[in-house]
Amino acid sequence: MTDTVPRTVGTQELSRLVVRFAGDSGDGMQLTGDRFTSASALFGNDLATLPEFPAEIRAPQGTLAGVSAFQVQVSDHDITTPGDAPNVLVAMNPAALRKELVHLEFGGTIIVNQDAFVERNLTKAGYDSDPLDDGSLDNYTLFKVPMTTITKEVCKDLGVKPRDAERSKNFFALGLLSWLYNRPAQPTLDWITAKFKRQQLIADANTAAFKAGMAFGETAELFDFTYEVKPAVLEPGTYTNVNGNTALSWGLVAASQQAKVPLFLGSYPITPASDILHELSQRKNFGVRTLQAEDEIAAVCAALGASFGGHLGITTTSGPGIALKGETIGLAVSLELPLLVINIQRGGPSTGLPTKTESADLMQAMYGRHGESPVPIVAAYSPSQCFFAAIEAARIALKYRTPVILLSDGYLANGSEPWLLPDVSSLPDLTVEFATGPNHTEEDGTEVFWPYLRDPETKARPWAVPGTPGLTHRIGGIEKEDGTGNINYEPDNHGYMVKLREERVAHIANDIPPTMLDGDVDDADLLVLGWGSTWGAITSAVMRARSEGHKVAHAHVTHLNPLPKDLGDIVRRYPKVLVPEMNLGQFCRIIRSEFLVDAQSVAKVEGVPFTAAELHRHINGALDD
Amino acid sequence: MTDVPTTTKADWTSDQEVRWCPGCGDYSILTAVQLLMPELGVRREDTVFVSGIGCAARFPYYMNTYGMHGIHGRAPALATGLAMARPELHVWVVGGDGDMLSIGGNHLLHALRRNVNLNILLFNNQIYGLTKGQYSPTSEIGKVTKSTPAGSIDEPFNPISVALGAEASFVARTHDMDRQHMMDMFRRAHDFPGASFVEVFQNCNVFNDGAFGAITKKDKRASMLIHLEHGQPIRFGENNEKGVVINPQGSAEVVDVADVGESALLVHDETRQDPSLAFALSRVSAGPFEPTPIGVYRAVERSEYATEASKQLAMAQEQSGPGDLEALLHSRPTWEVS
Repeated sequence: MTDTVPRTVGTQELSRLVVRFAGDSGDGMQLTGDRFTSASALFGNDLATLPEFPAEIRAPQGTLAGVSAFQVQVSDHDITTPGDAPNVLVAMNPAALRKELVHLEFGGTIIVNQDAFVERNLTKAGYDSDPLDDGSLDNYTLFKVPMTTITKEVCKDLGVKPRDAERSKNFFALGLLSWLYNRPAQPTLDWITAKFKRQQLIADANTAAFKAGMAFGETAELFDFTYEVKPAVLEPGTYTNVNGNTALSWGLVAASQQAKVPLFLGSYPITPASDILHELSQRKNFGVRTLQAEDEIAAVCAALGASFGGHLGITTTSGPGIALKGETIGLAVSLELPLLVINIQRGGPSTGLPTKTESADLMQAMYGRHGESPVPIVAAYSPSQCFFAAIEAARIALKYRTPVILLSDGYLANGSEPWLLPDVSSLPDLTVEFATGPNHTEEDGTEVFWPYLRDPETKARPWAVPGTPGLTHRIGGIEKEDGTGNINYEPDNHGYMVKLREERVAHIANDIPPTMLDGDVDDADLLVLGWGSTWGAITSAVMRARSEGHKVAHAHVTHLNPLPKDLGDIVRRYPKVLVPEMNLGQFCRIIRSEFLVDAQSVAKVEGVPFTAAELHRHINGALDD
Repeated sequence: MTDVPTTTKADWTSDQEVRWCPGCGDYSILTAVQLLMPELGVRREDTVFVSGIGCAARFPYYMNTYGMHGIHGRAPALATGLAMARPELHVWVVGGDGDMLSIGGNHLLHALRRNVNLNILLFNNQIYGLTKGQYSPTSEIGKVTKSTPAGSIDEPFNPISVALGAEASFVARTHDMDRQHMMDMFRRAHDFPGASFVEVFQNCNVFNDGAFGAITKKDKRASMLIHLEHGQPIRFGENNEKGVVINPQGSAEVVDVADVGESALLVHDETRQDPSLAFALSRVSAGPFEPTPIGVYRAVERSEYATEASKQLAMAQEQSGPGDLEALLHSRPTWEVS
């Protein structure tokens, strides 16, 4: 180390900062990014994150396949994306540098763990020469920091095993970044203490490494300035940093509370949905029952069985799981029971890209069952909004006694953002009325219960729960007669029931909010129409185009079936309609067929979300056409 | 809790027309169940029949209880969710050998392993009936059917062995020609707290007539059915001249009592923790043409799944208090913006 006398270093203010942490799968980059994010959140920045990790738990060490990255944008103003090109790349080994450099802005800052740039690692990463010395990084600002050496050094008297000491180097990196960008240290130190309270030596090593990172920044005469991103001016209130899967889980708990109906989750572990099962398994004091089922089919069947028993049955999965659940969702359509089917979409087909994001299951949600079996579809559009999307999906399922598919994706699931916590008393009342007595009088005056006699307004059939005297009845997947629910194979009856089920879903359009519409609503030359997680990138891109003087509007659809009633007018109102999607144009196809407008698809199916810059280019391109 | 009203078979019979083929063994099983119900002291509204797909799976429509006719193979999974949501209900699962051992085999295994409080009745007729006569996972090797014109080449499942291998805690077998025995077995299944598995030899008189005739016909029963009775040496035969022993290799074997002496016979213990003797008994017969044990193979109580799940909920509420949504939303670090 150089001298230990504190230096005076200037501070420059930044309005926003995009940092990308990258290292080996075992280097703890997700944790490092998450802690940097949390400290920034508590500091009051607005932020958005993009974790990217391989599907393998530990791919071969030091290889390109094993690189795990975490990108976060922090800002002093309202932002909606994790940023386009990072300003700073932290690379813990040569593979991370080689794989991630492509993302870095021209002239950006690279901070590397110099100790990892040894011949063996360079070879594994495919470098012929050491990029730290061969001039290939001359267009960037490069800081070479011996992170492993210093971390081992500060840990040597702590009694921690050398291997564990070496593992603390991510906290050294975090400390250095915390110093460089003036992040508060205390939240991280508190977190280390709490997290490792049963592993004192590990806690000591991580604390020492973190502090050493901060001290290194201050004392090593490498850095001329530190940088500061002031707190963002956000709506007043209490905030927490939340990712999509957590917000979604909490939304389910909230829906159960608001409906006064217990929650039952049947689930089979699958990336990237498993965290919802983990989160809800911890909510037993809310009366939440969770079953880790033997397979995807059992998971949804158990949820449907619980719904028959008067619970809010939920199943969570990703695309491949939905494929397996299709027959049971069809049964739920026929049984007309509430059921929430949650799809955290990932890259497909087949196993595809388990840890990468994609939104290509829209058609599967719409049509992925046999027969005419319409299902309402709700899509979440930001990590925190997953909370409200879950409540809305539950509302529709409970009120209209139907399976509902809620679409999220890997990007929303793992990405986080500050969330202005809602006033719990403002959440909608979802109270459900269960059937308590007979609902039909026979010609001879006998009072009987008809399981398919409908509420005239909602067209929902009564929810009659086993255990209720006088209401014993049988339901099943065979076509039935409306009203009595008796088996009926007659042609006219089937035709009637098919149309009735279609109408049941279609008329929910009377009970959903209008389309979200922003920008140059009155006189836009171009409408950007999105759904799901593209919201953030579209919002940023539209803002950029408008700041250049273009007239652009942004409509975002949260209810994909039925569509909002005003959507037809909206898509016909503007000369051009652009539909960006993380699929090959599935929603665009629906828009074209529903409304006969010449909507144009912007497709990206690469396992990573759109950047605002990409969409900005597409918007400008479409305006130039 | 008020007294359970007295009921008769008619009270448990729904108004739906029964649509099984005339002469089907399912009729006698339905009658046995409908006759048993009034004796169980349970309410109709607390009783649910859940099924998958197949001839047997039409069963719920004919019971004047709550019922769900689900999808093929998934009845144990549907019923697991229902039983977890409502542990106070009496949930029966009815299905055939195709439904529960082929397409739904996985769910049967896991319902048994978890010991969910379900009464699972497997109507085994060794054939696919509703799809008109293909071989099933319990059909004997060499079965000539529409889908196996040259004879089936699959080794069949022994349902009792499968159940025991899946850690089932209650396993029994009965047949559709003996109403009283069926009622006894179904009553035992109902009384048992946990997953109860009952295999019912059931005759499909259209596609596999007489599959069990060699052992269940009135004049064959004494010599071909081995009644398992808890605490009793296992004996059978016209004059009780046959018995079952465990041979030196550990297999159960039919012997002449005169040859080995009564003291050598295996004394049946349905409560034995180790399932290996029950398993050995399930292998005494290679099929319904040899002396075959019926009755309760195993009845060993252990923790019931829904009860354990409910306990965890109660414990969580005791430790953390009832769920507070406001507190949950604030459970992670928060900050104020003013």
